[in-house]
Amino acid sequence: MNFELTKEQEMTRKMVRDFAESVIKPRTIEIDQKAEFPEDIFDELGKLGLLGIPFPEEYGGSGGDTLMYAIAVEEIGRVCGSTGLSYAAAVSLGASPIYYFGTEEQKQKFLVPLASGKGLGSFGLTEPNAGSDAGGTETTAELVGDEYVINGEKCFITNASFAKTITVTAVTGKDEKGKKIISALIVPTDAEGLTIRSAYDKMGVRGSDTAEIILEDVRVPKENLLGDPEKGFKQFLYTLDGGRISIAALGLGIAQAAYEKALAYAKERKQFGKPISKFQAIQFKLADMAMEVELARNMVYKAAWLKDQNKPFTKESAFAKLYATETAFRASNQAIQIHGGYGYMREYEVERYLRDAKLLEIGEGTSEIQRLVIARQLGC
Amino acid sequence: MNIYVLMKRTFDTEEKIVIEDGRIDEEGAEFIINPYDEYAIEEAIQLRDEHGGEITVVTIGGEDAEKQLRTALAMGADKSVLINVEDDVEESDQFTTVKILEAFFEDKEYDMILAGNVAIDQASGQIGPRLAESLDIPCVTTITNLEVDGDKAKIERDVEGDVEKIEVSTPVLVTCQQGLNEPRYPSLPGIMKAKKKPLEELELDDLDLDEDDVEPKTKTIDVFLPPEKEAGKILEGEIDDQVNELVGLLRNEAKVI
Ligand SMILES: Cc1cc2nc3c(=O)[nH]c(=O)nc-3n(C[C@H](O)[C@H](O)[C@H](O)COP(=O)(O)OP(=O)(O)OC[C@H]3O[C@@H](n4cnc5c(N)ncnc54)[C@H](O)[C@@H]3O)c2cc1C
Ligand SMILES: Cc1cc2nc3c(=O)[nH]c(=O)nc-3n(C[C@H](O)[C@H](O)[C@H](O)COP(=O)(O)OP(=O)(O)OC[C@H]3O[C@@H](n4cnc5c(N)ncnc54)[C@H](O)[C@@H]3O)c2cc1C
Repeated sequence: MNFELTKEQEMTRKMVRDFAESVIKPRTIEIDQKAEFPEDIFDELGKLGLLGIPFPEEYGGSGGDTLMYAIAVEEIGRVCGSTGLSYAAAVSLGASPIYYFGTEEQKQKFLVPLASGKGLGSFGLTEPNAGSDAGGTETTAELVGDEYVINGEKCFITNASFAKTITVTAVTGKDEKGKKIISALIVPTDAEGLTIRSAYDKMGVRGSDTAEIILEDVRVPKENLLGDPEKGFKQFLYTLDGGRISIAALGLGIAQAAYEKALAYAKERKQFGKPISKFQAIQFKLADMAMEVELARNMVYKAAWLKDQNKPFTKESAFAKLYATETAFRASNQAIQIHGGYGYMREYEVERYLRDAKLLEIGEGTSEIQRLVIARQLGC
Repeated sequence: MNIYVLMKRTFDTEEKIVIEDGRIDEEGAEFIINPYDEYAIEEAIQLRDEHGGEITVVTIGGEDAEKQLRTALAMGADKSVLINVEDDVEESDQFTTVKILEAFFEDKEYDMILAGNVAIDQASGQIGPRLAESLDIPCVTTITNLEVDGDKAKIERDVEGDVEKIEVSTPVLVTCQQGLNEPRYPSLPGIMKAKKKPLEELELDDLDLDEDDVEPKTKTIDVFLPPEKEAGKILEGEIDDQVNELVGLLRNEAKVI
């Protein structure tokens, strides 16, 4: 048993924290208020090699590990949920599936630009009628000659408006039992017939781009099919397992921020002649926050560690995602409470934490779906 | 170009500092590369990238300083040396540090030695100039611009807000001031590569020094925090009366006039 981080992991934390505090933090409130995607920040993240942490150098990556990546998400999330979400989605959903399942040619062509920070990737799974139930996918991809012709609609897709490529799931046929075969295809965003619209007015993560995608006779070469055509469904389940670690890390970052803000405020704010941190009612809240944040951190890091050790991590990443994101929501809510009336105001930031944290209980598998995943792992 | 950077691991003065038994409590403190040394590292990287050569970062300290050395390597330095005095040196001062560095540089070839203007912990600003003196090379302090051309260096230095322009021959030792450059963040590939870059560890023995040779020449009598800031006073009344009262307070209470 060893809870010590490696030097590289520690240096990653220090670097990302310094960067987040000096470059992202001064703009966080504006990013939320104007709901503007901070494209220039992503250029910087790319130059620092952050978009390629868990990928090897030969594919333009930084050659780091999942834990370093989780720490980076945590530190960005601690400062800005919007930037954190888009960052996590770019790496875990945009680039990772190509790394896991792509052919050598696909990796050279599509992964290298993403991992080296020259572009962002997106993952288009959710549809208006297929959210939690991804098996209900209605988008189709039909092989016509050497090309797949894709038709359908995707919704709530992170980063799509700024992406170079979108990995889209689509029904490519039926198996002998008549069940849909779902595959994944890499679609360049300049493909003809592809419309990307980001018109959502969101509650939180407002600076993260979220888009609707319409595919009308979009043609991609058949080489753009990602991985095993028969196992598309399994593939994206694996992708989501990995993605959960990053959303968990984002929850951890927000929870940490909420706790730090609440503690500092409670020590400063005086009512009834003393700092409110001297009241047991406030102390108990802070004690719970500190404990839950640390428990969440242990679970997130363990899930990341398991993945790095090539051990099964499905259950643990669901534990991490469920616990860390619910911790983020609770901690933000209590942070507002501790701030009293000030906490309700944008300037104090804790209300934003709550709005941002809410998304984490929904995206990449709702809390209910996490419980289903866990129960399935228990053999239920 | 053979470039050396002197680097110190210091506690972060922006974090809360606790003093216990006349010493700064290291338990709770955050440790960083001395910020002025970051300018030195950045400048060294720019020089190396322009003129070629090699950067060696040198620090005197304990095992813990490896993290800061690795960070310098991650930023782009080529090699690092930890002169580990953990077991040999109990008390040290500027004399100790310079004596050790002098011994270290004795058999080295260098065109440029860069150091921070001061270390933010003790802020003596002595190491650079004293080492240059020992090595018998020119020294320019608080530099804000540096251009090297052959064996000449054109330097701008900060003199209390004004700029002084100087030309010196190399080898030279410079100490770096804020404004010289914008230190880069260590990139992720840099962090991973730093793992494989050399980190040499030396002890006093390796430099043919004894504990006695480096015994400090000064003694620290006391270490204390500045008094806590007290609540301000707001004067009231007619302006004339306020001025009179203020002058009275400055004279009798604050005793500054
Ligand atoms: C900001 C944002 C970004 C997103 N980014 C992406 C992206 O990049 N790519 C992508 O593909 N998708 C993305 N999504 C979509 C997200 O993954 C889905 O919203 C999520 O999976 C839930 O699907 P749904 O919205 O259709 O809700 P539904 O599936 O309709 O769920 C509604 C409610 O029913 C519950 N529920 C559903 N099924 C069950 C069940 N079997 N048992 C118990 N409860 C159940 C759910 O937990 C939920 O509470 C994003 C969403 C948002 C809001
Ligand atoms: C939108 C809005 C509208 C408002 N409208 C009005 C209005 O019309 N008129 C008006 O007069 N005010 C109004 N208020 C102010 C509101 O009533 C106060 O915000 C509220 O009473 C809390 O006071 P506070 O914000 O100073 O928080 P604080 O009193 O500083 O409380 C901070 C935290 O400490 C806790 N706390 C404080 N004392 C103790 C204790 N002894 N033991 C345990 N916990 C303690 C609190 O419960 C809270 O969690 C409004 C506020 C908002 C946000």
